[in-house]
Amino acid sequence: MKYVFNSFLLIFFLLISFSVHSNTTIQEFINSNYKLISKSSSKTVDPVLNDIKIFNQDDVKKFLILWKSKELSIIKDSNLIVYTEKKEDTIIAYDIFNNNEIGKFTKKQLKSIKPNSGVRSKIDSALVEYQILDEDINVRRESLQSLKRDIQKTHLKILRTAYQNEIDNNFREEINKVLNFAILKFSKSEQEKLDVLSFFSNDTSLEVRASLNNLLNTSDILFTNNKKIMGNIARKIIPNKTYKNNDGTSNYILSSYSSNKPELTYNDAYDLLSNNKKVLPRITKKIIKESLVSNIKKLKNAGFDISSLNNDLNRLDAYNYLASINVVPPFISKEEIKKSVDKFTFYTEYDEISSQVTNKTKETLKNINFRVNIYRYIDLFVDGISLSSIYFLGAIGLAITFGVMRVINMAHGEFIMMGAYTGYVVQQYIPNHTISILIALPLAFIITFGAGVLLERLVIRHLYKNPLDTLLATFGISIALQQLAKNIFGTQARPLTAPSWLDGALSINDDLSISYIRIAIILMGILFLLLLLFIMNRTRLGLEIRAVTQNPIMASNMGINPDRINMLTFGFGSAIAGIAGVAIGLFSKVTSELGTEYIVQSFMTVVVGGVGNIFGTLAGAALIGFLQKIIEWFNPSNTLAAQTYMIIFIILFIQFRPRGIFALKGRVKDV
Amino acid sequence: MFNSLLKDTNHRQVLFFCITIILFSFIITLLSDLFSINFISTSFIKTLGKTLCLCVVALSMDVVWGYCGILSLGHFAFFGLGGYMIGMWLMYKRTEIIVLTASISESLPLTPQEISDAIGNQIFGVVGGSEIPLIWAYADNFYFQLAMVILIPGLLAFVFGWLAFRSRVTGVYLSILTQAMTLALSLYLFQNDSGLRGNNGLSGLQNIPGYDDTSQFVISIYFFWASALFLILVFIFFFYLVNSKFGSIITAIRDDETRIRFLGYHVESYKLFVFVLTAVISALAGALYYPQAGIINPAEIAPIASIYLAVWVAIGGRGNLYGAIIGAASVSLISSWFTSGQAPSISLIFYKIEWVNWWTVILGLGFVIVTLISREGIFGFLKSIFIRKV
Repeated sequence: MKYVFNSFLLIFFLLISFSVHSNTTIQEFINSNYKLISKSSSKTVDPVLNDIKIFNQDDVKKFLILWKSKELSIIKDSNLIVYTEKKEDTIIAYDIFNNNEIGKFTKKQLKSIKPNSGVRSKIDSALVEYQILDEDINVRRESLQSLKRDIQKTHLKILRTAYQNEIDNNFREEINKVLNFAILKFSKSEQEKLDVLSFFSNDTSLEVRASLNNLLNTSDILFTNNKKIMGNIARKIIPNKTYKNNDGTSNYILSSYSSNKPELTYNDAYDLLSNNKKVLPRITKKIIKESLVSNIKKLKNAGFDISSLNNDLNRLDAYNYLASINVVPPFISKEEIKKSVDKFTFYTEYDEISSQVTNKTKETLKNINFRVNIYRYIDLFVDGISLSSIYFLGAIGLAITFGVMRVINMAHGEFIMMGAYTGYVVQQYIPNHTISILIALPLAFIITFGAGVLLERLVIRHLYKNPLDTLLATFGISIALQQLAKNIFGTQARPLTAPSWLDGALSINDDLSISYIRIAIILMGILFLLLLLFIMNRTRLGLEIRAVTQNPIMASNMGINPDRINMLTFGFGSAIAGIAGVAIGLFSKVTSELGTEYIVQSFMTVVVGGVGNIFGTLAGAALIGFLQKIIEWFNPSNTLAAQTYMIIFIILFIQFRPRGIFALKGRVKDV
Repeated sequence: MFNSLLKDTNHRQVLFFCITIILFSFIITLLSDLFSINFISTSFIKTLGKTLCLCVVALSMDVVWGYCGILSLGHFAFFGLGGYMIGMWLMYKRTEIIVLTASISESLPLTPQEISDAIGNQIFGVVGGSEIPLIWAYADNFYFQLAMVILIPGLLAFVFGWLAFRSRVTGVYLSILTQAMTLALSLYLFQNDSGLRGNNGLSGLQNIPGYDDTSQFVISIYFFWASALFLILVFIFFFYLVNSKFGSIITAIRDDETRIRFLGYHVESYKLFVFVLTAVISALAGALYYPQAGIINPAEIAPIASIYLAVWVAIGGRGNLYGAIIGAASVSLISSWFTSGQAPSISLIFYKIEWVNWWTVILGLGFVIVTLISREGIFGFLKSIFIRKV
């Protein structure tokens, strides 16, 4: 009995060892595929990654992770793949799976395995299968992220299981989304795709749009001489007559002035046919020229005057002669090209087979695009407001000085520049950006106020009777200040860094995100508007300024000293420019030419808005800012053109309202 | 007859001017190495020729601003446009010659299409195009482009002036508007698809087609004489214009526009005429200037150039033709002397004054001082000294 039992036991163990032998271990599998593993490329690695799946999940995972993170090496003599650890001079090799030490090696005996990025992404997508079911949610999240980048056909099944097994509700939704992308891409079922499309009908995110657009991918241009064409036809292409729409359909070009270019010309169509050996190759001008050049002796013998071959007609004659003596293939005329092309129908197919799916996709995309456009309009609106705020900040100081004193201050831009440089200098001494900005704002106010008062006392006071002369004098100041700034700070742009809490953006969705700095500038514009309104309408100074603006002589009769008011107003206007300079410096580079960029726009803002009126400047800034953004909207690639058209518009606008939107009422003498 | 001509002070002044310019030109020609004296370099003759052209624009500016009271900040744009128009011909023709020369080695003569393709590639390769834009359609025709030198700036000035004067935009507003026009034009030209090579501008203009064998030196002498002659002609024309009844009317418009209107004159027409006339003359000056400069790009048209023009006239003395010439010649020559780094730098103990950096500061402050002290500029200052002596 005991023998029997022992023999059974023996047989049992033998069987086990036998079975292990016949089903090779993972280590053996790896070693037998050492070539594919150590010298892998993204093209050759697929079979290894597929075959390895039959082994124990944990082992495979361990191996793949090590492989991916470049921690494996191969022993050159035995071609054994091992896990290595460096200890001083020697390298210790371990078995990958049971961590047994295999031996000590030198650097030369080993070769580390470094998969390239293509291989690594393949490994990643193979790993997904194991990781998406991991216990740790972070691992699951990570694997979903890597899967999202490159969804494979095999993932469809994995995602379905993962979706069913997932316990975390939020993450389940994320999986669902990726699963839906996978369904759109790889599922065979029409109904399933239609369901996904209805699920996505309100989603405006970029990835959904990309995935839907992929559904509408079309084949290269196909052709047939059958009258009937089969398959899910995206569009018919009629040479010279149709153009391609974004959704893969085609439309007729209605007029020759249309900006839509035909998708296929007769020559293109003919070339397509000849590339597919349906017709003889087209004889282009280039071919004619080459054949004439290579047969120039024959032409000379036949009595052709080579110097007369300087136009296409004569060249064609010569070519036809060559064709007639069978040296070259005969010329194919335009009519012949048209005739052969007209025998064929040109079209493209959707990669997606089901027309129901493509139709539904088109419809869904249309809905989504409608929503996206609304977001874009909102974005445009916010853009317009922020640009208007910038123009308002730049121009309001000018409007005050120009309105009160009828003085053109060409150096206004340089006051903006001064403010920006003040901010830069303060930041050199105070590294904390928030505090430095808070100090720079009042400091810029004080400095530019002083500079403005100085300029008024020394120069402008003497020129009140000749506004055009102040233009020249302040222009002189302007170039002198610019050059001084260049001498002091150099020609390179200086950074004025915004506080870190102004970085980033308020992101509402993929199409609508408003950077905090834009919001800050809008708020600053509003703050300035309120402040100015308060000063002008609620303080003694404002009252006196208004009085001097409307009638200086009458004002001085009432006991106001216009000289003092002028000085204060000019200083005040300059100081506002200085503060605007700090704000402008935050989002654009501080250079000595900062002022010149804003000066013409600021002048136009003032002129369009109407002189001597805060609301006028606001309206002018809004008009110019929005106009520029709207023109850019129509022609996004070309901001220069946008500015050009805007200026032309303003010149025309001035024709109809020479005194601006808000003309000053009362008896104001012409300048 | 000659005596009676001399009796009139006006005629005497004009004669004096002409003789001065002609003498100056002769002296320069004699001093130059045309007679192997090697005293004056080619580049300096070009500078002098260019300065004479700038004097012509300054004259225009003086008539439109000093006499008619329109502070235009756009006359340098007209000047540049004139340069562009003639530059198109110069560049096209020269490229055509290059293409044709290169084609001699080929076995077949080129077709017109091939020639224009090759030219298009050469000229517009830098802006990523090869097609010749429509505005270059007649660029191979000298007379057509010459007509364009007059027509394009003239038309622009006419349309702009008509719109502006019609709605009675005056004074500072008009200045800002002209400045906006200049900015729009330069921004437009900065675009690559404007058809005028974007910010590369037109180059190689110093090579005059048909004069390939003539040395640059001889060409520069020719242009110097042409510029001098043009300056004389324009001076004579403007001199008699501002001293005629027409001149009195535009001066009166400058002083009190409303009164002249009430006297029954059609002020807008007078202003428009002066504006367009001076614009065309500026454009012609530009067409003479840029073949000497060799290159033109949109930066030359930027508003600041026109302001400088006004400053020259202001410094020289506005409302006086001599003043404009003195201002333009002196300021532009001194500027180029300082900014080219020829002026010796002054070493202070703690700081080294390099004129390239400090000249603009001095120039700017100079404007301020001239506007504050002498409204009539250098010429007015000189005149006041002269009159006091008498």
